[in-house]
Amino acid sequence: MGLVDKGRLPKPLTTLFNMGRSYSLWVYQWGLACCAIEMGAAFGSPRYDVMRLGVIPLPASPRQADLVVISGTVTDKMAPSIKRLYEQMPEPKYVISMGSCANCGGPYWDSYSVTKGIDQIIPVDVYVPGCPPRPEALLEGVVLLQQRIKNEDMGARWRGEGTKAIVREPIVVGGGPVE
Amino acid sequence: MTDLADRQKLSYIAAQAADARLNVELETEGMTLNIGPQHPATHGTLRIIVRLDGEQVVWAEPSAGYMHRGYEKLTEVRTFPQVTALVNRIDWLGSFANEVPFILAAEQLMDIEAPPRAQWIRTILFELSRIANVSLFLGDLGVQLGAVTPVFMAFRDREYVLNLIESATGGRFHPNFDRIGGLKDDLPAGWIAETKQVMKKLRNFCDEIENLLFGNEIFQSRLRGIGVIPADVAKQYGLSGANLRASGVDWDLRRDQKLPLAYDKVDWKVWTHPDGDSFARCWIRLQETREATHIVDQLLDGIPSGPIMAKVPRIIKVPEGEAWVSTENPLGEMGYYVVSKGDLGPFRVKIRSASFNNISIVPWVLRGVYVPDVISILASLYFILGDIDR
Ligand code: SF4
Repeated sequence: MGLVDKGRLPKPLTTLFNMGRSYSLWVYQWGLACCAIEMGAAFGSPRYDVMRLGVIPLPASPRQADLVVISGTVTDKMAPSIKRLYEQMPEPKYVISMGSCANCGGPYWDSYSVTKGIDQIIPVDVYVPGCPPRPEALLEGVVLLQQRIKNEDMGARWRGEGTKAIVREPIVVGGGPVE
Repeated sequence: MTDLADRQKLSYIAAQAADARLNVELETEGMTLNIGPQHPATHGTLRIIVRLDGEQVVWAEPSAGYMHRGYEKLTEVRTFPQVTALVNRIDWLGSFANEVPFILAAEQLMDIEAPPRAQWIRTILFELSRIANVSLFLGDLGVQLGAVTPVFMAFRDREYVLNLIESATGGRFHPNFDRIGGLKDDLPAGWIAETKQVMKKLRNFCDEIENLLFGNEIFQSRLRGIGVIPADVAKQYGLSGANLRASGVDWDLRRDQKLPLAYDKVDWKVWTHPDGDSFARCWIRLQETREATHIVDQLLDGIPSGPIMAKVPRIIKVPEGEAWVSTENPLGEMGYYVVSKGDLGPFRVKIRSASFNNISIVPWVLRGVYVPDVISILASLYFILGDIDR
């Protein structure tokens, strides 16, 4: 599609593409610590049932994923593997950082072995605060991310300006309205 | 002529096949397989390196440390009341159970004892966190053997227990409810009746799992006789909890030691199993979950009235001394060795967590097993990464 390469996409087509992208988010569940159990409750339990939101928590490898949820404490020993697997994900890719530990270090803010925030190594789109956040909070994070994906300029993403050129405020769940 | 050649070829193939079956003269090359550090079967970020010869494991080594958060060092820069907020994240599935031994050790040093009502409520919450912990194990067990339904059931029924813990303590996952000298709050109104209902549901859940999973032929053939740990080996490696009881050792700290908890006021049974295989370990956990619901039921009937907090100074300074308290956590023996120098915070805390010792047997028990059994043995040993790496 020549139009796409030039970054000029008719509006209806963009809307259509964006809707498709936002309702088939393949999520790679990166469970690290306690928050992983709440992520499991949100993604794997009949009570919260994430699939009704158009989220598919099943990819076997990050290479098939659109979204990664980093949930739990990131240690300095673990950080290189996270970066490496993040780089294997195909563009466009999104990151949800779940829990105080992944956001900023949480209860281990003064520990010698914990990375104080996953945003030091990979860019984060949505922060979900809490220790651990309730499953509902994670679901809200997913919904807010979907809203943002729907308003995205596909052309910019395809021109490779996606993560670099469009600097955006990250979303914080419970932290006011999104742009 | 062609007939003869064909026959020769056939006999050659037959000989090859026979050799392959008997493993004669078929050289296999060793292969090193890396499981983890991100693997759904390891309950977190454990990495296990196994060297394979064909389908058999010849050598295995767990590589821990991907979840090391430095608890022992952090406790030295926290005050005593702050430490509970930290330590209930060690075994994240049964959080309340992690607070109790630390608080008991601090109480021992300060020479105070919680009032009876607080002791009973502590015991109830302790058992609830055991149920929350082990019910997830029972669901997860199915997933690791290829059955997906049990995990949905586990998450469904575990949610009831979490709601109970939340309504009593305010925290769904990490209650941070235990205080030196008692508890933060009393139970909310109507909690006892609700808990009784939930315990009935949990017993149903145990029955369902027993029928669906433990009675299943495939499940049994994948676990029976696999990963056998004899009693003496289990003792040498320092196993504790259900892993030890599954090897036939009748040892349970809830019964065997005198602590200010209400276990001696109720009638309950310590389950053991003589086999020591993976099936025994899983079966023991199932029975213990059911037993825990009975313990909670009996405790609910007899909660004494009275205060929930002993007389404690506002600023807690723990006098100089050392104390060791361990309790029977959902995963095994968990203990704290607390050294105080009379300051606001502990001078040194040594944490003995069950999973660290429980996985130290992995190199021994994995030697010689087949690859699919690796996952089922690891599942049946049941560890939690926060509990290993701390
Ligand atoms: S934010 Fe809290 S619950 Fe989540 S991993 Fe960190 S300590 Fe555990």
